[in-house]
Amino acid sequence: MAAGVAAWLPLARAAAIGWMPVANCPMPIAPRDHSKRQDELIILNVSGRRFQTWRTTLDRYPDTLLGSSEKEFFYNEETKEYFFDRDPDAFRSVLNFYRTGKLHYPRYECISAYDEELAFFGIIPEIIGDCCYEEYKDRKRENAERLMDDQEENKDSKLPNMNFRETMWRAFENPHTSTMALVFYYVTGFFIAVSVITNVVETVPCGSTPNQKDVPCGERYTVAFFCMDTACVMIFTVEYLLRLFAAPSRYRFMRSVMSIIDVVAILPYYIGLVMTNNEDVSGAFVTLRVFRVFRIFKFSRHSQGLRILGYTLKSCASELGFLLFSLTMAIIIFATVMFYAEKGSSSSKFTSIPASFWYTIVTMTTLGYGDMVPKTIAGKIFGSICSLSGVLVIALPVPVIVSNFSRIYHQNQRADKRRAQKKARLARIRIAKTCSSNAYLQRKRNGLLSELLDLTTSEEEQQHLNKSTSLLESQHHHLLHCLEKTTSLSLSLSLSLSLSLSLAVSQAHEFIDEQMFEQNCVESALQSYPSRSPSLSSQEGFTGTCCSCRSRKSIPLPNSSMSTTHTHTQGLQELSALHIQCAEQQGHSSSRSSLNMQPNEVGRFNCRERQITTAIISIPSPPAPIPEGDGHGPPNPGPSISTTASSNIVKVSAL
Amino acid sequence: MSTPAKRTHWREGLRHFPRDHGLSKKVLLNCCLVRRIITWASPNKKDSVEDELELSAVRHRPEGLEKLEAQTRFSRKELQILYRGFKNECPSGVVNEDTFKDIYSQFFPQGDASTYAHFLFNAFDTDHNGSVSFEDFVMGLSILLRGSVQEKLNWAFNLYDINKDGYITKEEMLDIMKAIYDMMGKCTYPILKEETPRQHVDMFFQKMDKNKDGVVTIDEFIDCCQNDENIMRSMQLFENVI
Repeated sequence: MAAGVAAWLPLARAAAIGWMPVANCPMPIAPRDHSKRQDELIILNVSGRRFQTWRTTLDRYPDTLLGSSEKEFFYNEETKEYFFDRDPDAFRSVLNFYRTGKLHYPRYECISAYDEELAFFGIIPEIIGDCCYEEYKDRKRENAERLMDDQEENKDSKLPNMNFRETMWRAFENPHTSTMALVFYYVTGFFIAVSVITNVVETVPCGSTPNQKDVPCGERYTVAFFCMDTACVMIFTVEYLLRLFAAPSRYRFMRSVMSIIDVVAILPYYIGLVMTNNEDVSGAFVTLRVFRVFRIFKFSRHSQGLRILGYTLKSCASELGFLLFSLTMAIIIFATVMFYAEKGSSSSKFTSIPASFWYTIVTMTTLGYGDMVPKTIAGKIFGSICSLSGVLVIALPVPVIVSNFSRIYHQNQRADKRRAQKKARLARIRIAKTCSSNAYLQRKRNGLLSELLDLTTSEEEQQHLNKSTSLLESQHHHLLHCLEKTTSLSLSLSLSLSLSLSLAVSQAHEFIDEQMFEQNCVESALQSYPSRSPSLSSQEGFTGTCCSCRSRKSIPLPNSSMSTTHTHTQGLQELSALHIQCAEQQGHSSSRSSLNMQPNEVGRFNCRERQITTAIISIPSPPAPIPEGDGHGPPNPGPSISTTASSNIVKVSAL
Repeated sequence: MSTPAKRTHWREGLRHFPRDHGLSKKVLLNCCLVRRIITWASPNKKDSVEDELELSAVRHRPEGLEKLEAQTRFSRKELQILYRGFKNECPSGVVNEDTFKDIYSQFFPQGDASTYAHFLFNAFDTDHNGSVSFEDFVMGLSILLRGSVQEKLNWAFNLYDINKDGYITKEEMLDIMKAIYDMMGKCTYPILKEETPRQHVDMFFQKMDKNKDGVVTIDEFIDCCQNDENIMRSMQLFENVI
């Protein structure tokens, strides 16, 4: 029941007295309104902006947040108002809904923000008034398309378990996924071009023997052309069969437009093979050769624009149909008129109405060949009317088609742009994420140090350490620490830092390198786990705290500079310096071992790792970079301590 | 602004005009006829101006709060609440019949309440000007919710008496009854039969019509209702609606 109508319920109930005298049975007891409060003003404080309304206004919709007792959760006792920490501008439309019973969608509002507000206040968007509903739905559809496009991009990523068939299909559909697919793509494109050019050149008259007139090249070099044709058809046939094999749904594939074009392109050849040297059907044979030109449509797989054009024509089918229909009507009318107008004149070319069709078409499309011209005055008058109306009729549907094409084309452009932007956006987001994880590990190292330094850490030092991290951060780090304790593992820095480094320094080499980088990191650790998350990865068996020698402030750069000095021999790849501290001594201080894994496991790991590291690269002297790191931040005696504790610092460079 | 002297002078000139220019009365009449035909052919222009006047007149403002307080049995606060609700739904200050029908039909979604709403509208529209203003609304409610039993019964009689002639005939009662049964809709248990309203009307007349003259007058009606306990009890039902 609408809001305003609720205000009329008292009237309806009062008018029910009119039924009483005619009622046969006694009436039920009326519900009593126990909470007989006087109507009062409620204050709704939305992020500082105060809205006031009557309580009964809000009670009109009891299944929303404001209309039910749910708003009591937001009641502030001291200020005696309801406080909501939401956007006040969006709240305006929400409150107006209670007041007027109509929900409006403001145009300046972002659609997803508005949806969230509605969801928060428990209002379903379907009750948006007719005035704003269309706009709302349009924006929502647009947004959904955008998100769907993004999701489709994600589907491109390689799924781990794809059998041969699926791989091949994916290669066919997206040529840029693998080099083989790309090669295949270009080869087929080349052969389509060759085939089309062959067809064209076949008919060119090339050179003539003196006693014969010009012979088309096709007849002169029959064998050559036949071989070329055969080769192209071979390639096309193979391609078609491969696609048919790889298609997930063969029946659907065979019905698709592209496959029909493929079939039409190669069939004439085979039919020609079958029907050679049969004079009767040579006429038909010649016709079949025309179909070879459809091979040019195979280019639409290679060209996005062609596909858009085809799609536009399909979506404008009704406009095109209208154009055709109106043209036909006009042609018939004018042809009839012209025929009868020109009937009188002698030697008129307008011999029949169908013969006048040609004149009408040529005139209406403003071609004006001049092979048929009216000679009588009436004919000329009607001819001029015909050409004027032709211009109008053709001009009408064209803007519709053009705007459709433009819309679809821009949509495609937008999709491409988004795809390109997405990579950069993801990269930046990943850097931000790794910063936070690095912060934790940094803190851990400092925590380690503070435990090492002294058990009697003074308050100031404690505060000094804590000052730089907010309460939220310290609670987050505590949580990660608890997780470490639970699983008896330690968080490592390997991939996250390496990724951040690679991204920060080498921008030209984006994701292909990163993926290879990742793969190599994984390989170098000799584990076969898929490490996908670029942020914190707790990897079994790969233990040890990894500290990177870097200052707290500038996270990637000093390190990268350091690493580049060591890795300029490496070329494109970036190094991350991973220090793996292994506490070999069993009888070490408990604080140390509590941070690392159990010593025996560490030891085990150590034996394995050491061999690998020496094989990969050796950075000359471990202490050398350390003083650099030392110079950056005060609490940095970690590595030096570790050396004094005679644990081996092994640097693994992940290639 | 033309002075009287100028106007008589103009009239003189007008009288001489046909003679001077050879126009006869007939021609002038024909011109008038033509103009009338033209105005008849394009009626919209004339109506639109009138419509605009009507609309602006329809923006109704109620009488003062004190006056209404004196005339009705509502307190000041109650009147305020009532007016706020009324004005919210009808910003122009009056309800016309279609709006009233819409609003009333929303309470009875399963059936067709338009006929009964029509009768109800006529009962509220005491001055019969086709629209219910806030005064009519509040007066009606005052009687129904705060009035004496006599007044309520009077109101009910007024509702049933469609042509307001002081007598309820069987046809009028049948109309009312059919309208009430229409509000129930099609899906009822037991199924509504054709003759049910008629039977109900017959029962009513049997009860009410003491002198069996085929009509029910106001006195018969009030007497009979006052003697019926059920009716008396149900009259008190909606005391605390507001």
